[in-house]
Formats: sequence, C-alpha cells, structure tokens
Amino acid sequence: MRYLPLTPADRAEMLGVIGAASVDDLFVDVPAEARLSGPIEGLPAHASEMAVERHMSALAAKNLSAGTAPFFIGAGAYRHHVPASVDHLIQRGEFLTAYTPYQPEIAQGTLQVLFEFQTQVARLFGTDIANASMYDGSTACWEAILMASRVTRKVRAVLSSGLHPHYAEVVRTMAKFTEDEIVSLKPELVAEADDAAVIAAIDDKTSCVVVQYPDVMGRIPDLAAIAEAAHAKGALLIAVVTEPVALGMIEAPGNLGADIVVGEGQSLGVGLQFGGPYLGLFGCREKFVRQMPGRLCGQTVDAEGKRGFVLTLSTREQHIRREKATSNICTNSGLCALAFSIHLTLLGGEGLAQLAAVNHDKAQTLIERLAKVPGVTVLNQAYFNEATVVLPRDAREVVRDLADRKVLGGVSLGRLFPEDSDLHRGLLVAATETVTDEDIETFARELEGVLA
Amino acid sequence: MNAVNASGWRPQMGEAGEGGAFKTASGDYGLMLEEALSFELGSSAKCGVDLDTLARPAAAGLSKFLRKAAPALPGLTEPEAVRHYTRLSRQNYAIDLGPFPLGSCTMKHNPRLNEKMARLPGFADVHPLQPQKTVEGALEVIEQLADWLITLTGMASVAMSPKAGAHGELCGLLCIRAALDARGEKRDVVLVPESAHGTNPATAAFAGFKVQSIPATPEGRVDVEALKAKLGPNVAGVMITNPNTCGLFEPEMKAIGDAVHAAGGYVYCDGANFNAIVGKVRPGDLGVDAMHINLHKTFSTPHGGGGPGAGPVVLSEALAPFAPLPFVSRGDDGRIHLVEEENRGEGHDQAFGRMVAFHGQMGMFTRALTYILSHGADGLRQVAEDAVLNANYVLRSCEDLLPAPFAKSGPCMHEALFSDAGLAEGFSTLDIAKGLIDEGFHPMTVYFPLVVKGAMLVEPTETESKAGLDRFIASLRSLAQRAKDGDQSLHSAPHFAPRRRLDETLAARKPVLVWQGTPGEPGTPALSEFGGS
Ligand SMILES: Cc1ncc(COP(=O)(O)O)c(C=O)c1O
Repeated sequence: MRYLPLTPADRAEMLGVIGAASVDDLFVDVPAEARLSGPIEGLPAHASEMAVERHMSALAAKNLSAGTAPFFIGAGAYRHHVPASVDHLIQRGEFLTAYTPYQPEIAQGTLQVLFEFQTQVARLFGTDIANASMYDGSTACWEAILMASRVTRKVRAVLSSGLHPHYAEVVRTMAKFTEDEIVSLKPELVAEADDAAVIAAIDDKTSCVVVQYPDVMGRIPDLAAIAEAAHAKGALLIAVVTEPVALGMIEAPGNLGADIVVGEGQSLGVGLQFGGPYLGLFGCREKFVRQMPGRLCGQTVDAEGKRGFVLTLSTREQHIRREKATSNICTNSGLCALAFSIHLTLLGGEGLAQLAAVNHDKAQTLIERLAKVPGVTVLNQAYFNEATVVLPRDAREVVRDLADRKVLGGVSLGRLFPEDSDLHRGLLVAATETVTDEDIETFARELEGVLA
Repeated sequence: MNAVNASGWRPQMGEAGEGGAFKTASGDYGLMLEEALSFELGSSAKCGVDLDTLARPAAAGLSKFLRKAAPALPGLTEPEAVRHYTRLSRQNYAIDLGPFPLGSCTMKHNPRLNEKMARLPGFADVHPLQPQKTVEGALEVIEQLADWLITLTGMASVAMSPKAGAHGELCGLLCIRAALDARGEKRDVVLVPESAHGTNPATAAFAGFKVQSIPATPEGRVDVEALKAKLGPNVAGVMITNPNTCGLFEPEMKAIGDAVHAAGGYVYCDGANFNAIVGKVRPGDLGVDAMHINLHKTFSTPHGGGGPGAGPVVLSEALAPFAPLPFVSRGDDGRIHLVEEENRGEGHDQAFGRMVAFHGQMGMFTRALTYILSHGADGLRQVAEDAVLNANYVLRSCEDLLPAPFAKSGPCMHEALFSDAGLAEGFSTLDIAKGLIDEGFHPMTVYFPLVVKGAMLVEPTETESKAGLDRFIASLRSLAQRAKDGDQSLHSAPHFAPRRRLDETLAARKPVLVWQGTPGEPGTPALSEFGGS
C-alpha cells in the first residue's frame, strides 16, 4: 500500500519491542465478539492511483461543470476567476499539511496570514476587528445572532425576508433548540428590499436584526436607516454579505452602522466546489471582542523582542472554557481563509473596486438583454451583480428546460422558497467577470426558446 | 529527513542570533527569511490581476449605495505575492516536513491524488444550486462515501452536511433532541466524561443541554458505575469518546450503551479517534446511536492550518429519520435522491431542519472517497493496525523515562499518553514540547486530556516509517533525560525556530487583532520596532 511505510519486517521487529505476539494482541481491550476477523465483506480492496483516478474522473464527468456552459447561478455562491497562483500557493505543503497554529514558534506562516486575513476582512466589512474564520456564511450568521443575545441579553432576532432562505433555515433550526425567538418576515416579489417591514418589527425585546446586503433577490437594503432604528431600541444590526466582491463597489456595512458583519467568503479564492468547503467571515465592533466566537490571532513579541503572532483570547473557546465557551467551533476554514487572503492581496483595494465594476457592468448587460425577452420583466430597482427577473411562468421548470439546452440559467425562487408560491415566477440571475457577451446572448436566446 | 547534524548551520545561526555575535544587514540568515506584512509591502493601487478596464459607470439605481473610497487593502503583483506567501510558508512546520504527532488530531500524510481529484472541474467548478440532473456525479460521490461510512461503522444512516467534528457533534445531539421531542419527552442533561475534548461539553451547551461530568477511573476509562448512577429520566444521553482521549479503548462500551438505552437515553460517540479501529471494529456493534467522523483525521483530508474539515455523522435506526437536510439517499427506484426543503415530504419529513447553506464539505468528500478507494477494505484495516502498532512502539520505547500513567493496564490504541511526573523541579511538559521543536519535530498534544497532569499525548499515525519513529523516540528520550537532569537550556527552547517563545500574556492583555495604517506605509507599531527585516 503506497501510503503505509511499515514493512513486514518492521512490524515484526516492533511487535518484538512491544512484547506482543501479534498485532491483534494490541486490540485486546476490544471485546472479542466486536472484533472483525478480516476486511469487511462486500467492500472492494485497495486500488492503484490509476484505477482510483479513473473511477473519480468518471464521476466528475457526469456533472455539467460551470466552465463548460453559459453560467448565471449565484444565490450565495459565485463563480469568479481565481488567479492560478492562489491554488498553487495554498498547495504549499507548509500551509496545506499544517495543523491549527497552537505552537506559534513554528507556525508563524499560518499565524501571520491569519493576522493579515483578519485585517483584510475588517477593512472590507468596515468593522473594527474580525476573527480567523467560521465554517461558512450560514453558520457565521447563526453565531452572530447568538453573540448578539450575549451582548444585549435579549433573545428575539428579526430576520429580513431578504436573508438567504438557507441561512434563515439554519437560524430557525438552531433556535428551536436554544429557545431564541426568531421573527421571520415574509418575502415579496417587489422592487425594493423590506427595510420598512424590518424597522417595523423591531421592539424593545429585539436583540438583533439580520439583514442581507445585497439581499437574496439582489436588492440593496438601506442599512443606515435600519441601524438607526435598531440602535434606538437597543438592538444590534447584523449585516450578512454573501457576495464580498460587492463591497468593492457598495459601502461597507460597518461604515453604515452595522454592529456585526458576517459573510460568505467563497467568492474570493475558494471556488464553487458544490457548496463546500466555504469560508465564514465574521467581523464586529472591538468592544464585543470577548463575546466573539472562533479563533483570533493577535500580535505580540517573542523572547528576543521580535514581532510575532499567536492565537489569543482563547478563554472564549471550547478547549479552555468547555460548556461555557462562546461557541463549540474548533476546526474552522483555515485554508479557505488563506485562499481568500491571497486572492484579495493579488487584487488590492483598487483592484477589488475594478473587479466589482466589471461585475456590475456584466450584470447590467445581462439584465438589459433579458428585459428584451418577451414576457420577462426586471424586478430590481438596484442591484450589484445579481438581480431577479420575473417570468411568465414557474421559473423552476424554466431552469430545468434551460439546463437541457446546456445553459445554467440562474436559480428559481421556487427552489429557494418552495413554500411561497407568490415568488415562483422569480428567477435569480447573476453575472460575474467570467461571463462573456456570447454567454449572455446564448442565455437570452435559449430563454426565448424555452418561454416561446 | 531530520538527519542529525550537530555541527550544521542551524546551531551556529542560533548562537549568532542569541549573542549577537553575527548580525546580517538584511535581518535574514541564509534560508531563514523574515517577512513583513502584506500591508507593509503592498499599496492599494497595486494589482496582481489584469482586469477589464471597459466598465461603464454604476447604474443609476446603485449610485446612492456606492462606497466612498476603495477599501484600504494592499495589493501585490504576482511575483511579489508568490514570494510573500512562499516566504511565510517556510515559517511553518508541516506533515510534509516531518512527524506531527499531535494526539487526537491524526496528522497523517495527505495523499496528493486526493488534491488532484478534488480539483477536477466536474467537482471543483460545480455550483451547489445547479439543477439536479447536471450534478448527478457529485451526488454519487456523496452517496458512495455515505455508503462506505455506513458500512465501515455498521450504522443505519449518515448525515453528510456537518462541516467539522464539532458541527457533527451538534448534528448528533440535535438528532437526539428531535428524537426525544418526537417521543414527547423533555430530557435536558447530557453526561460527558472529564477526559472529553472541549468541543463535547461546548456542543452540549450549544444544543441547549446541561452538562454533567463523569469521572475517569484510575485506569483511564469512563467510570461506568458513576455513569450508571447518574442515569435517569432527565438524561438525554451520554457523549463517549471511543477510543478515548487517553488513547484507550472503552471495553465497557456495550454495557454503557445498554444501560443508557434502558434508561431511555441515547449514546453519542465522539469518533475523532476512529483511525485506531477503522476496519477492525464497527461502532454500530457497540450500541452507538450517533458518531461523527472527522474526514480530516481518519480519512486524510488536509488540516490546512486549522481547517476546513468535514464531520459526517453516522446514525442508528432510532435517530436516522431526524437527520438534517439536505439529505442524499438512494431510493427504492435505484436512483439517488437529494432531499431538500422543496421535497422533504419524499421520505424524510422528520428531518430536524438544516445546519448549513448547501450540501456540506464536497471538496472533502471527494478527497475522502479517493482515500478510501485507494486503501480499500483491506488497506483501511491495515491503517488501524499500523497506527496502533506505531503508538505502542513509542509507548514501550519511552515508558522507562517518561511515566505512562495507563501503560500498565495494557496496550494503547493509536496514541501514547505520558505525563511530566518525575522531571526535575521546575520542569514540565512545556519544556519537552518546546525542546522537540529544536529537535526538528512538531510537539505532541500537551496538557490534554485534562485527567492527566502535564499530559503529553503522542499520536504518530500509520504514515510514519519505523526509521522516522526511531529518530523521534531518540529525541524524546534525550529531552526526557535532559528534563530529569535539570538542563536549564530547555526553559528557553526553542532556540532554532523562526521565533523564540512568544508572549501570550501580552497578546491577550492588549489585543492587537488587526493592523493599523495605510498600506505601503509603515504601520503602528512599525516593523522595525520589533527588530524584523
Ligand atoms: C476528541 C475530539 N473530539 C472532537 C474534536 C473536534 O473536531 P473538529 O476540530 O473537527 O471540530 C476533536 C478535534 O480536534 C477531537 O480531538
């Protein structure tokens, strides 16, 4: 077996040192009746690299990959061009095959990257600080709600109807068990985000309002107004960003009064990967630092006075605090954070702004073109790189028909909100820098064909 | 690899650093390279990506939302970025450089075929919300991996979406909550052994349970009598780690399970240590109701400096109906079904809800399946045997110098546990750990489990050769001897790492969590104040 270095002679010699007659003697603590006498039946035996590669490649070939079709899907995961150097660098064994940096003297590489990452996220979000990552945007969102409860000592969270329904479902699932109260607003197929409804739902018991920015239909809420209303009632504003590239163009939530900003970092560096691993981003005001979930990297000095970095404030975390920890998270999304950080470093601040401008440009071209398809209307007043169009019939079937024509033409609101039949004619379409004008033309023509 | 070279360049360099006898103008020393922060190196205007410049102005609707200024983030061109991250990478220890015997973490070799397969565009470049018929291969990967995990553990079902071990624990406990709700029972206590990993009690609290602790026996096992005494109508379940965090199998697992079930509770097993028994024992035969499997441990997906991982949870017949959405299963029609909110009525209507936005850690599933297929049923069994053999070899090769508190009770599983009892006055586990760094090894897990004073938990894994282990053992023995002899130089170890011991108190007292300043200009405090390059 190519991954097992011990030879039969090694094994015999080692058993001799141990004083055991056979390796089975080392398993004496396992009750005899539970011990398997040989390889589990019905499962294949080991296979060569070549054979495994053949098997996996055949499975991969059954999928229609985004790069081989006109592609307009977003809804919380976006296809962006990732520079080749990103994937090369994250495959450096020193990054890829290291553990969590608990021994800082020999983990400064990872730690310095985390410090840079935290600073990048904080600046992108307009927050004072950020942590070293969460699992993904949806779990970061729930953790933010829990944190808001700890900060405000209230347990009633108001979810904007523009919050990604999977995020809202994660929140409602978790809240069932913690007995937090969740107020979910009803989504509507209208041009503007539901700011007024969110503001109306805030009362003195509200711990936080959770507002996605841009929202799941691509609309852009007025965070400043919501922040003001929330703060007036002693509630926090949690902004959720599922497309961080948008922040190259629209104002950072922290600069608009958001107290906690969480997001999905997948857009930068990470790739689509059928939904994971992704990258939970988490930033907030500095005064909440001791209530934050997740790992934090901080600057310090070593015994010779040289600058160095360590994991810090770990008295919040499970390995020290156990049942009193701010979260149970341990393994996070370290390598995805590295990919995000490298991609953002390659872009730089102005590069990110330019990338955002290109995305917005493509989206305008797309929306203007789709608006010309008979029967299609555009919902949004404003949008960044994703918007909702309204079709003459249920968009779920249309998406499937488009897929038959090898066009990945967005996400139907029916798939996202199966229960709200009022929304089912909505189709969410995204365009990033990876989309060409020909892709847009193909999409529009095939959509005409499907709707005809 | 790790050749002993007493007169080599590193020790001399260390002397130069310490006494100041030799200082370079650059602050670098040969291949020991300092690296500034990206914020100190790059400027906002610099860019390493060629972007389209032909973008029209923002649409009118967007104008009131525009950012006032581009974020103050440093940019680097590709050569600068490649150098920055490559130089930083060299300040990390990694499995690729040598043994990484962190107990409980299973730092085994990460096969590169896994990486290659995960990057096939058919897996890497597929959106989670594509129409189902365009992702049948991806669903098949999930289903095949699920099938292996179910078979290897002898359980009824598996929830694939949890993102890591702790998230899997949460999934398992929420299944238990849902099952109790379905029975119309309110039970709010979860029993957790003292020796458990911190995530166990943290998860139980996160899921809304009260935690009660169970003591360990002098042999390093769960005190079964104490556990039984706590069972009652308020106990939802127990969380047992098996093999446990002392590196020992819990021989009474079945009896524990029977007692818990008789009292109306469920058994959660922390499967972080499954590597020791994969292919040798099926947890399903021991009365387990739920167990997470860290794909980033047993099934070799890389740890990546802290993550990502994946924590699928295998479930018993009793808990299977409650597994969260999305849920992948093969229907009676032989086809693979993806059950989401939209179609939960199709056979999975008792799901307790949803834990993540999409389908879980697909990138880890492809890697783990690649690993599993490479090993096959026979190879996985060999994995467990070699992992256990390697750990016992370390145990028996060091126990005369380092006390092994539970070694008398028999062999260990995949990790060897030592304590710092018997070192010279003032010497502790920390000195041994930092000494190992100078020896060119990553330290073992230290001060965990909490039930052993000054614990040192060594998990070599099956991917270490005997020659590699012999070198590690020689170093560990040498350090133990030095600590017994009171060798003061150990207190200031490491001497030869990119940094000396770091001031963690300072970091926590005055947290500096982000860099302050304008990219490309010296920040506050400036790098030079720290004596860097
Ligand atoms: C025994 C044990 N349980 C649970 C965990 C948590 O797993 P994860 O880090 O994947 O969340 C770990 C890993 O660190 C562990 O060693």
